[in-house]
Amino acid sequence: MSLGLLFLTVLALAAIGYAVGRRRAMASAGGDMRKLHSLPTFYGWITALGVLVPVLAVSLVWLFAEGFVIHNSAITHIDMAEVTEDSSVNLMMADVTRLAGGLSVLEAAGTDIEAMKLDIEALKTALGDAGVAMGNDPTPGMISAAEAVRTTGKWSRIGLNVASLVLALAGMAWGLRRITPEFRARNATEKVSLGLLIFASLIAVATTVGIVLSLLANTVHFFSIYPGSTFFFSPTWDPKFGGGSTLGILPLVWGTLYVSVISLIVAVPIGLFSAIYLAEYASRRVRGIVKPLIEVLAGIPTIVYGLFALITVGPLLRDWIALPMGFGNSSSTVMTAGLVMGIMIIPFVSSLSDDIINAVPQSLRDGSLGLGATPSETIRQVVIPAALPGIVGAVLLAASRAIGETMIVVLGAGAAAKLSLNPFEAMTTVTVKIVSQLTGDTEFSSPETLVAFALGLTLFTFTLCLNVLALVIVRKYREQYE
Amino acid sequence: MTTVPPTQDAVPAADAPRVAHSLFAPDKRTASRNAQESRFRAYGLVAIVIALLMLVWLLFSIFSAGLPAFRQTFIEIPVQLEAAVLDKAGNGNPVEMASVTTIGYGKLIGRALTAELEAKGIDIGEMTPKDLVGMVSENAAADLRDMVLADPKLLGTTVQFKALAHGRIDGYFKGRVTMETAARDNMTSPEKLMLADKMVAAGLMEMRFNAGFLTMPDASDKRPEAAGLGVAIIGSLYMMVVVLCLALPIGVAASVYLEEFAPKNRWTDLIEVNIANLAAVPSIVYGILGLSFFINFAELPRSAPIVGGLVLTLMTLPRIIIPTRAALKAVPPSIRDAALGVGASKLQTVTHHVLPLAMPGVLTGTIIGLAQALGETAPLLLIGMVAFVRDFPGAPMSGLFDPASALPVQIYNWTQRGDPGFVERASGAIIVLLVFLIVMNTAAIILRRRYERRW
Repeated sequence: MSLGLLFLTVLALAAIGYAVGRRRAMASAGGDMRKLHSLPTFYGWITALGVLVPVLAVSLVWLFAEGFVIHNSAITHIDMAEVTEDSSVNLMMADVTRLAGGLSVLEAAGTDIEAMKLDIEALKTALGDAGVAMGNDPTPGMISAAEAVRTTGKWSRIGLNVASLVLALAGMAWGLRRITPEFRARNATEKVSLGLLIFASLIAVATTVGIVLSLLANTVHFFSIYPGSTFFFSPTWDPKFGGGSTLGILPLVWGTLYVSVISLIVAVPIGLFSAIYLAEYASRRVRGIVKPLIEVLAGIPTIVYGLFALITVGPLLRDWIALPMGFGNSSSTVMTAGLVMGIMIIPFVSSLSDDIINAVPQSLRDGSLGLGATPSETIRQVVIPAALPGIVGAVLLAASRAIGETMIVVLGAGAAAKLSLNPFEAMTTVTVKIVSQLTGDTEFSSPETLVAFALGLTLFTFTLCLNVLALVIVRKYREQYE
Repeated sequence: MTTVPPTQDAVPAADAPRVAHSLFAPDKRTASRNAQESRFRAYGLVAIVIALLMLVWLLFSIFSAGLPAFRQTFIEIPVQLEAAVLDKAGNGNPVEMASVTTIGYGKLIGRALTAELEAKGIDIGEMTPKDLVGMVSENAAADLRDMVLADPKLLGTTVQFKALAHGRIDGYFKGRVTMETAARDNMTSPEKLMLADKMVAAGLMEMRFNAGFLTMPDASDKRPEAAGLGVAIIGSLYMMVVVLCLALPIGVAASVYLEEFAPKNRWTDLIEVNIANLAAVPSIVYGILGLSFFINFAELPRSAPIVGGLVLTLMTLPRIIIPTRAALKAVPPSIRDAALGVGASKLQTVTHHVLPLAMPGVLTGTIIGLAQALGETAPLLLIGMVAFVRDFPGAPMSGLFDPASALPVQIYNWTQRGDPGFVERASGAIIVLLVFLIVMNTAAIILRRRYERRW
């Protein structure tokens, strides 16, 4: 049974459990609902939950454990002597997985794979015809490992099917047996539901834990094979595939900060002034039209900004500014990325600032205007100083956005890691390097790949600090006027 | 306020003659303050105009580059499917006919093109049939082959075949290729472009709506004319289904717990801060999580919509929880009090009254969260969605584990290709993506306008 079918079967069993549970409850009370502790639907629900919850929990765990079991059963078949210099156990296992998939495809096509397994040349051509690409030629060890993958996988799925169905039926039987008029079905249902609600809200915590663990574990691994002093203090970033790379984070941090600063220089004045105008001067109608339009800028996917930087802004800056003034001849520059990113974060500055300016009590404005100040004097000397902490928070949030932004810099800023002051030169950022070190078939053992996790952790820590700081400031500010 | 030094008319000397002041003639200081006021106002206006101009510029640039992708040059010619060439065994068995490669079909197209041009009296100069084959897309021969293998009865007949023109010919009609660039290009030549002009005049070649852009799979580097979004749209759709099926129930459940049941203590405060932070974590970090957890740890397949969907679910969750909690909070406590007062349990109060009343807000937040997930690129790059995928994924559920592409990743992929024809494709794909986003956001706005209640 495929996973989808199994899922549907279990759902159907749960539905049956609901109907039967309800009916049984009514029957147990002799058809008189008043004799039951809870409404009949609760007896149905508790039976359905008894079917669903254990099955879902067990199959989730099963599916995660399956990977380990398959891996361990296959790895015993691999001859460690076959693992050559330029490959590794993990690459080998990837080939074994592909080989197992290929064998299944061949079997489905009606090929005699038993004969094929003895004739490696024939197997190779057959796999090639079936469109299965292998990194290395199959060896007898790999073939037996692939067979192990196939058999373990097959038995694991059969086991999962049997276990799920048995559990579902057992859950139903247990649920139905408990049904008596005195059984407090509502309390039981609510207890289980509350448990599910708590589980759902813990997923958010689990996500954070997962992010931190996956970043930390791999970063620790990275620093165990690569010196931390080079990573933090070397001014060169020069990854080599053969090893002997210099992986200094400084040029990446410099590029990231440079791009972010340019984007803030673009976005803060535009965002702030539009927020002031919208909050203090604009009529209701203008505000109702302009505010959503500016927020459209935040809803546009970043890949769109990336393409905009690549095909429009980059060439424009190169042909009209960089080339005539002799700054350089690249269209992917810090300036391009910064400018486009600035456009993207305008709404982050303007929307939040707008809210914050609106939250300044009207009495402050009235007092200032009553003393004879003009509206602009009121804004500059009363409203803005009062709203300043909130505005700083908004700018910090925008800065964290800019630092973590990926697609605009991937397409607009270039890939050369440089420490330079010229904004019309291609530079690169932390996010770009995470993408370039982790894209494609990756092997989690070389420092060139693992460095991406150290970069990720740096990025995560940095943006987390900015976010927390901004949140604290904004929260404090809101409390001040509430 | 700036302090103003005392001037003559501010502190008049005792013996000076009184200067007549009119309220209608503002003094210097008032004039300068008023000027400052209007300057300040103008700054605000200018900022808004700049922001809106940027939006217009962005959209204009994408649309002007992308709209041509929806129109494509086609060559329509009768092709005689010679049985002697295509079916050497002569028994019409598709398995044996498969031994004829696309090269054989390409020759047929070349011959058909030569014959048709002769029939129309178009001078082809010194061009050989091989050159003429270069007028049509490399994909045309494969299309013809698929057509014949699917229906061997066509053998020996003459079919009216609609072939995609080569990318450079197409680019010529879209203004991307000129005679000068063609002379330097080894994939086309000025002669071919001139012949293309004549073919258009003779009605053999024309531009029309390119439905294939939305239905065909991606094509290799040299065939921008044949590249389509089919696989990417299906992949994105699968991922959105996964996100909707997981993020909506989990998000609503989490919000209900935090808003209605959770005691206010340090733990729930921690969860709350945590959710606010998750919403601001850079999306690429979720990609790292997906790579190390779902792919390396749980050994799920690369490039599969299920992994993309799971990563996007984790990313979308906080973005659904935050508006959902706001919607729950907006339901007045009197509703809860009334329900509890007539004897409903807490859970019944929530499921029967609070949640249905908050539903418009929940759905609006969900749709906006989905729209953000649809446009997200960076995390998908890390979990291997950049792979070149030409095969359509199967039907769900097993199709969720097949390799597929996604709309934003397909756009990124096309920007990395050498042929300039792909820039047009990428921009066209963005238009498709934006149309999806506009539809989703409009749905959200309508939902909010129509069903949201103010208490």
